[in-house]
Amino acid sequence: MSEGRLPDRPPEEAPATEPGDYAPSVAARLAFLQRSGGVITPLLTAVFAFFVGGIVVLVTTGKNPLTTYRAIFDGTGLNWLFPWVTGAERTTAALNLQQTLLLTVPLILTGLAVAFAFRCGMFNIGGQGQYTVGAVSAVIVGAYVSTSHLPHVVLAIVVATVAGAAWAGIAGLLKATVGAHEVITTIMLNWIAFWTASWLFGIGGPLQLGGVGNESVPASETVKETAKLPVFWGDPLLQGLHIGFFIALGALVVYWIVLNRTTLGYGVRAVGFNPDAARYGGIPVARNYFLAMAISGAFAGLAGATDVLGWEFRLDQTSIQASQIGFIGIAVALLGRNTAVGVFFSALLFGALLNGTSTTNLDPSIFRPELAQNLTLIIQGLVVLFVGADVLILYVWSLRRKLRRQAGAADTA
Amino acid sequence: MTARVATASWAELRTARLTGVGGILLGIAAGWVALPPISTRSVVLPLVLGAAGIAAGAWAATQGEKRIGIGAVVASVAGIVVAIVAMRAAVDNLELVVSWGALTAASLVYATPLTFAAIGGMFSERSGVVNIGLEGMMLMGAFFAAWGADTTETWVGGVLIAVVGGAALALVHAFFAIHLRADQIVSGTAVNFLALGITGYLYINIYSDRGTPPDLPQIPDVDLGGLKDVYFFGPAFGSLNLMIWLAVATVALSYVAMFKTPAGLRIRSVGEHPKAADTVGIPVYRTRYAAVILSGMLAALGGSFLSIGFNHSFTENMTAGRGFIALAALIFGRWRPVGAFAAALLFGFSSALAQRLGQVESWQSYQLLFQTLPYVLTLIAVAGVIGRSIPPAAIGRPYTK
Repeated sequence: MSEGRLPDRPPEEAPATEPGDYAPSVAARLAFLQRSGGVITPLLTAVFAFFVGGIVVLVTTGKNPLTTYRAIFDGTGLNWLFPWVTGAERTTAALNLQQTLLLTVPLILTGLAVAFAFRCGMFNIGGQGQYTVGAVSAVIVGAYVSTSHLPHVVLAIVVATVAGAAWAGIAGLLKATVGAHEVITTIMLNWIAFWTASWLFGIGGPLQLGGVGNESVPASETVKETAKLPVFWGDPLLQGLHIGFFIALGALVVYWIVLNRTTLGYGVRAVGFNPDAARYGGIPVARNYFLAMAISGAFAGLAGATDVLGWEFRLDQTSIQASQIGFIGIAVALLGRNTAVGVFFSALLFGALLNGTSTTNLDPSIFRPELAQNLTLIIQGLVVLFVGADVLILYVWSLRRKLRRQAGAADTA
Repeated sequence: MTARVATASWAELRTARLTGVGGILLGIAAGWVALPPISTRSVVLPLVLGAAGIAAGAWAATQGEKRIGIGAVVASVAGIVVAIVAMRAAVDNLELVVSWGALTAASLVYATPLTFAAIGGMFSERSGVVNIGLEGMMLMGAFFAAWGADTTETWVGGVLIAVVGGAALALVHAFFAIHLRADQIVSGTAVNFLALGITGYLYINIYSDRGTPPDLPQIPDVDLGGLKDVYFFGPAFGSLNLMIWLAVATVALSYVAMFKTPAGLRIRSVGEHPKAADTVGIPVYRTRYAAVILSGMLAALGGSFLSIGFNHSFTENMTAGRGFIALAALIFGRWRPVGAFAAALLFGFSSALAQRLGQVESWQSYQLLFQTLPYVLTLIAVAGVIGRSIPPAAIGRPYTK
């Protein structure tokens, strides 16, 4: 592999200013602006989306948007972080925060699944299907294999991760060999996974749970005790927070290391920048497409495993068909700008939104949860739409340039 | 392609093509004879027909008609498999499921929303703008048709308001994709989220838990009284919804518009080579805007059929992936009106068959597995097993002057 033809790091990671450099050069100042812009634009986007959401609340229901948002916030349990919240309120907050983090775990992982492919210049819209395939594999291993605790958990997680990787790998392979666009193939794979999983556990399906009186229950068997992830915060009977949280945090670290500190990551980023230049530089483009897609799918498959082994313990047709975790992963990755830290915080935001607007956590007398859930979708849509806000900024820039050019033309005329 | 044309004369090519098409028909017949009303229980007839189909296909493939030839071989093999599977089932079960008149009518019903959305997608994608947002535009159409029909108390009002709703969402997609040069797939995804949120929010806010009123004005059926007692044609075409006939008309009109009018030529040139189009004075942005908005209107028409033509109500996320099947039909049909319609019919047929499988209790669970068929077929199509689907050249690329 020939180094040096390509920049060693992407332009968004501009060289840091030397310590003791009092008057940074123009380039460094620009780099700072870009880097701060890297945090500021997603923040602005989120604020803007919530602002529009607030207007929607005000116009359609006449309720105070701030009260509504406050109620949603209290439902997320994030007020647990405030030291002045004490007593019974603190106990409730802890329970709520456990739920929020429980939802954050798979969102981190599906967010990484989208982000990793993005860095290779591909749009993995198939996180949902890879998540489903992972969840189905985890349930099968969890329910039908018998071993002692640790091997069982590890086996279920590994099988689910590999299954997710293989499912995404189909799209990667088709992209690498015949150039089929990954957006089309992953959409198709999503729906194949959706219907196949619905059939597997559906009424009369081959993996529907057994037992007398269960013939009309479209669900899977429950995973064995040995396959369940241990709970480290809260009551296991009340869906406490399981150690999948640390798996997700570990995945963030792995994501960062693979992308920034390995030859593979270098190749993936190079292809993401410019496949032609990468090919010219001797980087195997097709191989990287396949690997990046498979690694993406591995993250999403892992997400399915943590959900099944952590708190769902079984799959049913409704939960398979209603799940949006993989799709929200797209918003997570975009808002997190495909960085590890960004993905963590945006996953937390969306996890909090999902939990704060749930029927159990939002007081219907303040705002109807069903409305709030749809409000979340609107906010999500606006975030995805405007996260390309740098596009907006670029647009304003180009307008300014155009105006200046016109002024220049007028001068010379 | 041109080299092949140069070596083989037109007459030879035509014979090859006809033989290939004959092979496809033989393959279909191989499967058909094992189904009602003939229901042959001997494996000889399907095997003979299938073998003839394979032979015809193989010959056509060697004579320069590779795609049709391979298609005939695949159809014949599939026909034999269908026949063998069908023979293992009891005849009375088959007669419950395979009733050709009802199957045709149901296929047309399921194909109609797909056809509208796929034709819409064709305009957008032929102009160079990827439209992942078809699903959302369809959903907007479904909701606003129901709401419009409810408030104006006529189905015409419902359809018109649906079209406006779809166009509004398409305008958002167009503005971000064309003017702001955002990633078209990202903005399409965003538009889908938005539609889900907007329609869900309004539905809950307006109709609460009661649902849309039961007396929602409906798009009428077209009764062809004369056909009523005719075998097959009666049950198949006798009383179809107006929108179904409109979908067929849309296919014909869009074929003419796309390939026989200057406007169609403009759309295609903007999608293949925007720079060249710009050079000869075709307004790239304006053409793309028009195409994307038209796609939103057509997708919304499909959605309106779902809510006030077929389901008689609106429910949250009622499109349930139909926009994506429409996208699949568009790709499977190679971005052509008739091709997209044929693909929509095929997918509609698979849905109709899946629905009718429910008539036999022991086959019910396969209903769900059957739903994967359109997606598997499209995956095979883009993988290039039966000839590649090649998208318009400038698709997904924003144009900068």
